Amino acid sequence: MNVVVCVKQIPDPSVPGQLEADHTLDRSAKPILDESDSYGVEMALQLVDAAGGGEVTLISLAPNGEVSGLRTALAMGAAKAVLVSDEACSGTDALGTAKVLAKCVERVGNADLVLAATESSDGYTGTVPAQMAELLGWPALTFAKKVEIADGKVKIQRQTEAGYDVVEASLPALVSVTAGVVEPRYPSFKGIMAAKSKPVDQVTAADLGLEGQVGWAGARQAISNVEQAPARQAGEKFEDDGTGAEKIVAFLENLKVI
Amino acid sequence: MTLNKVWVYAEANGDKVTTATLELLTKAREIASTVEAVYAGGHADAVAAQVGEYGATTLHAIDAQGGMPGQVAAAAIAQLAHSEAPDAILFVQSYDGRDAIARLSVKLDRPVLTNGFSLSVDGGQLTFGTAIFGGATLVDCTLSSDAPHLIAVRPKSFAAESAGGGAAAVTNHGSIDAGRAGEAKVLEVFEEEQSGPKLEEAEIVVSGGRGIGAQESYKPLVEELAKQLKGAFGASRAIVDAGWVPYALQVGQTGKTVKPKVYIALGISGATQHLVGMKNSDNIIAVNKDGEAPIFGVADLGIVGDVHKVVPALKDAIAAKG
Repeated sequence: MNVVVCVKQIPDPSVPGQLEADHTLDRSAKPILDESDSYGVEMALQLVDAAGGGEVTLISLAPNGEVSGLRTALAMGAAKAVLVSDEACSGTDALGTAKVLAKCVERVGNADLVLAATESSDGYTGTVPAQMAELLGWPALTFAKKVEIADGKVKIQRQTEAGYDVVEASLPALVSVTAGVVEPRYPSFKGIMAAKSKPVDQVTAADLGLEGQVGWAGARQAISNVEQAPARQAGEKFEDDGTGAEKIVAFLENLKVI
Repeated sequence: MTLNKVWVYAEANGDKVTTATLELLTKAREIASTVEAVYAGGHADAVAAQVGEYGATTLHAIDAQGGMPGQVAAAAIAQLAHSEAPDAILFVQSYDGRDAIARLSVKLDRPVLTNGFSLSVDGGQLTFGTAIFGGATLVDCTLSSDAPHLIAVRPKSFAAESAGGGAAAVTNHGSIDAGRAGEAKVLEVFEEEQSGPKLEEAEIVVSGGRGIGAQESYKPLVEELAKQLKGAFGASRAIVDAGWVPYALQVGQTGKTVKPKVYIALGISGATQHLVGMKNSDNIIAVNKDGEAPIFGVADLGIVGDVHKVVPALKDAIAAKG
């Protein structure tokens, strides 16, 4: 069982985000592994383990040859990675990203399953997994909160507005997993040391045959205006001195909801 | 000058069209001279009546073939778009909506604009507004790709207003081969038991986060207060991920978008992920131990205190008022 996991290396979400002059996200700080992706990595490791063989390969698109987030996932136990790092990819949109990652899946070869998060924590378009599946010509089982593999099939519980659906398809297939699908492991010291020497295959968009389909030009969209949202009127804040509940009651009474 | 023709990808629960679909139809009427709906699923006649009331003249009905509706629909919409030539296709930023827009973008080789909250047309040029960094920064975008433009909009971005129209004419397109996308079949459907008003429609929403301390505290603190106020109860992603409450209760970027009259956040720090789903509520009350928590930045009334003390006192006070 060979599993490919899409991972994104993103600016630390605890630091307020900023845009560059060209309206791309400021990615100058050292990126980290998107926490949303740690669930897919853990899921992949567990599935390969349960299958009794095979390996987990990471694929990632990141500027400046960034590998710090990849090393975290390699330290968790992934075997190797493909990293697309290329100036030409700056400004790439969701469809362009899906094209790059689908080509990476083909470059890795022999994948039974591709796992991705439902959306990244910095861009949160939420379309890349299904776009990749369409490019690969595969079924996409999206928004999975439980994943099982048996007899060449993958069965998931797919999150819905009202509960969940049980959805099944044959492999190879792509599955997007929600946060919380499994509890991600912490890398061990041994894992961290081993990760340093694991292979990272660094390629460009041209190597993947995607010249002209990535970057701002491929995105075919322009940003016509950027402005700060009007701040919400600051409200009142009180230390609870035993009258907190009374203050809430008065507030609700004033709105005539009680 | 408005657009000539706009399609809305319609979604329904059973035979009831989702409110978010009706919101998009209302907006589509404003930006286009002809509005039509595309739909994959059952109860096409009931759906046609509802989308017609909100302004769609035609319902293009597609057989979902037991698959995930959005993914099966994409193959059919791609074929229809070539012959029917809509200027734009609007989707709800929902699970099925994202599936449909994603597959369609590849089939038509068009970029997608997602997480929209405003749409306008000026001189035939469509401008799309979205918010980034948890809503702190507003961004307007235009597309240079050819029609149809593919756009997904967050629920609650527009008000749904009936146009008083009659049922849309149903055009049945039957089963269209979706290739391996159609191989994924829905075997069973589970709905979480739900009592009281729906989260997205309630006047009052009470949500709990990590600060409530333990799974056992959710019912007495969050659920009971919500019921007392005849409201709905929700949750932050942290406690959904922790498995304390079902996903259906999640408010936020990946969960539901709510816009109630009163939103009460209990033990929620206010991560960007959560704020996106509730910051447009009319009134926000927050109770949290950490006075520096970002939730206080959007709260109209903030109580820096322990939810285990404040909420029981609040419940008693409300009960005393009968």
